[in-house]
Order: sequence, then structure tokens, then C-alpha cells
Amino acid sequence: MVAKLAIRDAGKRYGDLDALKGCSFDVADKTIVSIVGPSGCGKTTLLWSMSGLHGLTSGQVDLDGQKITGPRPEIGLVFQEANLLPWRNLMGNILFPFEVKGQKPDMPWIDHLMDRVGLTGFEKRMPRELSGGMQQRGSIVRALSLRPQVLLMDEPFGALDAFTREEMNRLVEEIWLETRTTIVFITHSIEEAIFLSDRVIVLSKRPGRVMADYTVGLPRPRSLEVMASREVFDLMNQIKADIYGMSSMRSKAAE
Amino acid sequence: MTDAIPEFKKAEVTQVGLTGSALASGLGATTRREIAIILAVAVIVIGGLEAVLWWYAVPQYILPRPSLIAAALVKEFPLILPHLGYTMVSLLSGFAIGAGTGMILAAVVTQYPFVEKVITPYILVLVTTPMLALVPLLILRFGFGYTPRIIAVALAVGPMVMINAATGFRRTDSAKIALARSYGASTLQIFWKIRAPMALPMILVGLMIGAIFGLLTTVGAEMVGGGFGLGNRLTTYSSMIDMPEFFAVILLLSVIGILIYVIFFLIGKKWASWET
Ligand SMILES: Nc1ncnc2c1ncn2[C@@H]1O[C@H](COP(=O)(O)OP(=O)(O)O)[C@@H](O)[C@H]1O
Ligand SMILES: [Mg+2]
Repeated sequence: MVAKLAIRDAGKRYGDLDALKGCSFDVADKTIVSIVGPSGCGKTTLLWSMSGLHGLTSGQVDLDGQKITGPRPEIGLVFQEANLLPWRNLMGNILFPFEVKGQKPDMPWIDHLMDRVGLTGFEKRMPRELSGGMQQRGSIVRALSLRPQVLLMDEPFGALDAFTREEMNRLVEEIWLETRTTIVFITHSIEEAIFLSDRVIVLSKRPGRVMADYTVGLPRPRSLEVMASREVFDLMNQIKADIYGMSSMRSKAAE
Repeated sequence: MTDAIPEFKKAEVTQVGLTGSALASGLGATTRREIAIILAVAVIVIGGLEAVLWWYAVPQYILPRPSLIAAALVKEFPLILPHLGYTMVSLLSGFAIGAGTGMILAAVVTQYPFVEKVITPYILVLVTTPMLALVPLLILRFGFGYTPRIIAVALAVGPMVMINAATGFRRTDSAKIALARSYGASTLQIFWKIRAPMALPMILVGLMIGAIFGLLTTVGAEMVGGGFGLGNRLTTYSSMIDMPEFFAVILLLSVIGILIYVIFFLIGKKWASWET
């Protein structure tokens, strides 16, 4: 089976800093893959390469076996903060991609998505009038409005409180169950990664490369019981050990 | 599942636009009570001034009573009106030229940080030097018509608009530009859909300050030379010690200044209020 996304020996240098080096993995179609790793290990750098926003210094990212050389309509992007344009109201923000592309907006689909994320009735609100969770839901609608085949999400809920975050996680799962969009999800929450993913990839500290790769075979939708199971507990500890093992190595090196 | 909408959010965000300025608070009077109080204070101040000047019999050539100024304004209005028109012609043409050039320069120059570094000192010199000082020179070269005035006004407005607009255009948010690029936006689209709206609050600040500077320069240039314009009326009336008429013209000039402020305040409220 050809992977939806294939990251092949990806490397990125900023000046004389190696942000990413020899990073390779595949993302199967219609799956959710999470990427966790210490802060500054190159996760955003990697995601931007996958979205075609910037190139790599070495290696490549393929979409359906074709090298990505620039932004692609098949790929949607959700940013770290909601990244809504503050001078446009919510609907203005959601129609922004269509405006840029000079395309007629797919209103039934947009209305469906708005309803799905609970934003119906808030179309005219300005971003500053919306809570952080609502803003991020708006940005998810914006990213999905063009029906992308792949959705790249960069720590989308990092700035939200724990309750809102769990709610958003369930929402992402629901949306995935409906659309089966391939999702690459960057997070620094191991629990969030396990809850959402079919696979969790652990990156090493900078320069980032794959240091562990776990398959999460839990049934969906993932209930509280499943998340409280022994299996999840063990996996969580395993991933923690991977990450903290890295940092203990770093502190040893510093001695 | 729907979050409650907080009424006040992000109070900590720094406000750069006009609507956030301290001056704007006076334009926020909304309730009938507030308006009544503001009017009452105005009546007391003007009435008090009238009474004091009358009681102490202050001579007209020092400070005419408000009632005399009002009477002079009414009586002289047909005579002053054309001069108001001449002043507006100089102000508006100079402003249009200066503001247009300033905005275009700001938009272009901020795209090239090195060019910006090279030209900023000169712009600063232009901002800080009173362009009024050039008027005698401009008159020597261009005569007593509109030309020297319009040039002086444009030179006063342009750098002021440019320096503020440049601050606005420099406020680039790489995430927002990345967002636009991820949808395949062209450089031009990024300019019009991201950079320009983001710069708008600062552009409006620049336009307003520029317009006020333009008004100062217009009147100053009219006082220096040429037989027309409100500035010329000021010199004429003061040379004849027609003080009520002199102050009537001053009153008109403050009305223009306030109008400039109100117009930009309202534009800011309509188009740049997302900042506050
Ligand atoms: N545009 C850039 N120029 C220089 N260095 C950068 C740039 N972007 C990121 N970096 C550096 O590359 C490393 C990886 O950054 P990033 O991909 O944002 O990490 P993460 O998202 O995992 O926290 C960091 O050390 C960061 O400082
Ligand atoms: Mg990051």
C-alpha cells in the first residue's frame, strides 16, 4: 500500500543549526498519526515541510507518491493558535480560503461543519468575541472547508484549558470518524496523542528524528474506560520514559 | 458544548489604533446625562469667559469677548468663506499627494529592510524639520500661488504618514502570512488581505497626525506669503487690530482641526476597531 504521506530522510538546517535530520516515516491513508517530542525538536519545522510552506534542506515529503514542492489544496493546516484574522468575523475567516482561491464556497458543507463544531449562530462574531476553544473550532472549520485529504495540526489545543482540550479532542475524533481525513497531529500532551492516534511517533531532541513509533490499536470512539485501561497506562509510561530518557541523557552530557 | 462568550477579552492587548487613544474618550459620550453635563460645562466656560472679560473691561486687542467673536464670525462670514475654500484646496491637495506618496513608499520600503534602513534617517529629518521653514524658498521659486503651499503641505504630511504606515506594515505576523500562503495566496493577495488590514490602524494614526500637521503647514504658509487663505486673513486682521475677526478665523481653524480628528476617529471605529 502506498502511504498517503511519506517523509523520506527529511533534514532542515537554519544557518548552522540542524533542526531536523534523517527523519523518516510514513503516514497511512485515513489514519491519525501524532508526533510528540521535546520542545524545539523540529516538530513545527517538519509539519511546515509536509504542508509545502517551506522546503527541506535534504530529503523530501511525498503526498500520494508525489514530491511536495509547495502548498497543496489537498492539505489543510491548523495552526498553533487559532490564527483567525482579527479584522474579519468568523464567517469571513472561514470564507478566506475560497476568497484567496477565487472559488465559490461550498455553503452546505460549511454550514454542516459549523453545526458539527457548535458554531452555528456565531458567524457574525469577531474573533475577539469568541473563546479560545471557539476560535480553534473556527479554524478547524476553515481548514476542513476545502475538504482536504490530509489535515496537519500543530499543537492546536496547547493554549486551551484541560476541559476545553478534552472536548476538542473528542470533536477531532468525531470529525475523523465522519470524514476519515488523514490527520497528522503534533502535541506535547502524551495523553492527547494516545487518545487521538492510530500511531504515535516520538521524535528525539534536536535534530529531530524518529526515536520510537507506537501503534495504538484501541477501539473507537475511545471511551473514558478505554483511556483508563492498563494498556493506555503502560503506553503512556513507555512514551514518557522515551522522552525523559532523552532529557536525562542531555543532563548527563551537560555535566 | 458551546462556550459562554466572555464580554471582555484580551484587555491586555496593546492598542495602537486611534480608537484606543486617550483623546478618544471625549468622543465616547453617549448618555443624555453625559451630553448634558458636557454642554453645561461648555456654557459655563464660555459664559464665564464672557463675564470675566466684561467685568474687568479687558481691551479687545488683548482678548475679545466670545460674543464679539461670534458676531464677527457672522458678519465677516461671506468674506471669510472663500478663504476657507482656498485653505481647503491647499490642505486637501497637499494631503492627498503627501499621504498617497507616504503610504506607497511605506508599503514598498518595508518589503526591503535594507532600503528601509538607508532611507529612514532622511524621513526622520523630514518629519522633524518644520516644512514651514521652506515656504519662503518655495515662494521664490514658485511664486505666490497654490504651488508652494501644496508642496509644503505634501512635504509635511508625506513623511508623517510614511513613518506611521511603515510601523504598521512592519507588524507582520508570520503565522497569518503562512496561513494565506498555505491557500496559495500570491504576494499581491498577501499584501491586500493580510499586510494592509494589519497596517490599517497605524495608517489611520499617520493620516490623522499628517492631516493636523498639514493644517498647521497650510495656515503657516498662507501667513508667510500670498494674498489668500485663512492664514492670510489672520495676518490681515491682526495688522488692522481687528481682533474679533482674527479670533473668528482661529475658531474656524479649530473647527477644521476637530473635524479632521472626528473623521479619522470614525473611520478607525468602523474599519480598525478589531484592534481594541
Ligand atoms: N525560521 C527559523 N530560523 C532559525 N531557526 C529556527 C527557525 N524556525 C525554527 N528554528 C529553530 O529550529 C528548532 C526547531 O524549531 P521548531 O520546529 O519550531 O520546534 P518545535 O515545533 O518542535 O518546538 C528550534 O531550535 C528553533 O529555534
Ligand atoms: Mg512548534
